[in-house]
Amino acid sequence: MTPMLQGLLTIIVGVSACVGYFYAANLFLDKVLFPGHGPHAGRNINRANRIRPWIFLFPALFVLGLYLVYPVVGSFYRSLFDRSGAEFIGLGNYVALFNASDFRISVFNNLLWIVVVPASATFIGLIAAQLTDRLTWGNIAKSMIFMPMAISFVGASLIWKFVYANNPDIGLINALRFVFGAERSVDVIQIPFWNNFFLMMILIWIKTGFAMVILSAALRGIPEETIEAAIIDGANPWQVFFRIKVPQIMGTIVVVWTTITILVLKVFDIVYTMTGGNFGTEILPSYMMSYMFRDDGRATAVAFVIMILVLPVMIWNIVQARREVQ
Amino acid sequence: MDSIAGKKSRLTWAVNIAVVLLVILWLIPTIGLFVSSFRDRDQISQSGWWVAPLPVELTFRARVDPRDQREENGRFVIEGNVFDEPANAERFPEGQGEVVNFGIRGAAPAEFPVGAVAELRTGGTLSVARDGAFLVEAPDAFERRGPTIYFEARTPPQFTLRNYWTVLTADGMDRAFVNTLTVTIPATIIPILIAAFAAYALAWMRFPGRALLIAGIVGLLVVPLQLALVPLLRLHTSIGIGQSFMGIWLAHTGFGMPLAIYLLRNYMVGLPRDIIESARVDGATDFQVFTKIVLPLSFPALASFAIFQFLWTWNDLLVAKVFLPSGPDFQVMTVKIADDLIGSRGGDWGILAGAAFVSIGVPLVVFFTLQRYLVRGLLAGSVK
Repeated sequence: MTPMLQGLLTIIVGVSACVGYFYAANLFLDKVLFPGHGPHAGRNINRANRIRPWIFLFPALFVLGLYLVYPVVGSFYRSLFDRSGAEFIGLGNYVALFNASDFRISVFNNLLWIVVVPASATFIGLIAAQLTDRLTWGNIAKSMIFMPMAISFVGASLIWKFVYANNPDIGLINALRFVFGAERSVDVIQIPFWNNFFLMMILIWIKTGFAMVILSAALRGIPEETIEAAIIDGANPWQVFFRIKVPQIMGTIVVVWTTITILVLKVFDIVYTMTGGNFGTEILPSYMMSYMFRDDGRATAVAFVIMILVLPVMIWNIVQARREVQ
Repeated sequence: MDSIAGKKSRLTWAVNIAVVLLVILWLIPTIGLFVSSFRDRDQISQSGWWVAPLPVELTFRARVDPRDQREENGRFVIEGNVFDEPANAERFPEGQGEVVNFGIRGAAPAEFPVGAVAELRTGGTLSVARDGAFLVEAPDAFERRGPTIYFEARTPPQFTLRNYWTVLTADGMDRAFVNTLTVTIPATIIPILIAAFAAYALAWMRFPGRALLIAGIVGLLVVPLQLALVPLLRLHTSIGIGQSFMGIWLAHTGFGMPLAIYLLRNYMVGLPRDIIESARVDGATDFQVFTKIVLPLSFPALASFAIFQFLWTWNDLLVAKVFLPSGPDFQVMTVKIADDLIGSRGGDWGILAGAAFVSIGVPLVVFFTLQRYLVRGLLAGSVK
């Protein structure tokens, strides 16, 4: 059976199983378990309605539990064992990690990414949102800046590999250097420390559009009166933007910022494609992949470190969500 | 008021220019790769894509055939044209070639400008004209071999589809494309239905623990995938799925679930209460309310999630690397590019550019045609 056919079959089986499950479970509940007629009709309907939400929720909760909750526990458990998984070594993997210089480098680089990428993407996105909102062709400009969002990290890395190429006839960076009188081309990806920023540029390029789209919607939601009042009071455009508009969308800016921060902690594709973690550019997600398939204990330990870094944002999100629901 | 109006138009100009610059800056990298994917491989390495419409100077060589020599006033003379050599004639069909420089050593193929006279090492002289005509003169007869002429000629810009052809046939991107499609479509469709039921329950049914569940799903939104890799691969292996398409479909279904539920619930909560309440009063069951009213009304949210999930699964590298076996039968395009092509075709920019555009073409089409839904989904997901 070709995979394509198998895929088609899976869709059919999956979808009909879903529909069948929901339909049959509802039918069973209403007709067999708690029939909505006969002597206890009222009580039965109430009982059925108490159970029904869980019928609706069950498949989703099962998948969530298996694919996202269990791994948190499972990964932590696995990280307490050695490479083969046979011997319990407590926090041995974590101790080994913190003693490894390449782990410390990846933590340092990752912190650098967390500081630079969300800040730059949000800032450029905010400026782009404000500027494009006033233009007649603003929407076209927006889709151009938003476009990298559709491109895979691998594709984007290739696009930028081209820009950074160590050859003035291919790479724009080196071509520009030659225009300004350089005599030898450089491989910017191999310049210690600064190469990290060239890699970050790729993610900033991808994520600016995301920030722009969301912030532009937020800017449009600002009540006109506040802006008019400020203009009547003699505020110049800069003051209107930084003193009136930005404070009002601070909540959205924080959301954008944290969303990109989370992403930074997960993206391994860019480093993997551009440098393979060489030249001092390793970050935690790519460092984890270098252990994947080789040493599960170490790999899960790195993954758990990432989880701990994500935890504050997760808690903050949950607090926000609870406030909204209430 | 005049001064204010003047200021305003100056500001508008500044804004226009700033946005134009920003857009150009954002587009240039992609355009560069796009243009390069259509360029001839020799031309890519000789001139930047930004001068792609201009002729490129490439180096060729021609061998002088000693059988053409004749004796003239005690000297041996060979005349001919460098473009007559079969390999070169193929490259410059209608005699359109134009020599810029020539040389007599492979190491310095552009040592002399056209029209100059070069001294041959074996004695004698060589001159090449702009149209390719050359003249060799020597005091002694040429025996078995004539000298080799190196020359730099201006070649017209060449745009071909050969890079795409090579990528799709020789490099196996066609198979990878099919594999990507095989992963993507079930992984996009299956989570939608499961999530829609759950989202309805969380939006419109009252039961204890609902707020807690919603908070839990918001929390799960940010769980790093990295955590899931090792335990789930072991789980898949132990229940016999192993590394396979089935495994990756399940994995993508699980990983996409929190976003799906979150997006759909946010949308469904906003549906008008009256419609749903009156349907219930009329005796519709929750199942009927869901399938007949909520699901059709939620189409925009379903579409935005489908686009997200499609883009995410199509562009994914991490999950495909872990949950699919390596090897051409299972490699998706991202894995193919990152693991295979960058290694084996590292310097072949035309091929890499072609491969990149084969892989990002479909998402770009989806992006530009369905952008509306994408934006709506983004806003529902993050702005409150």
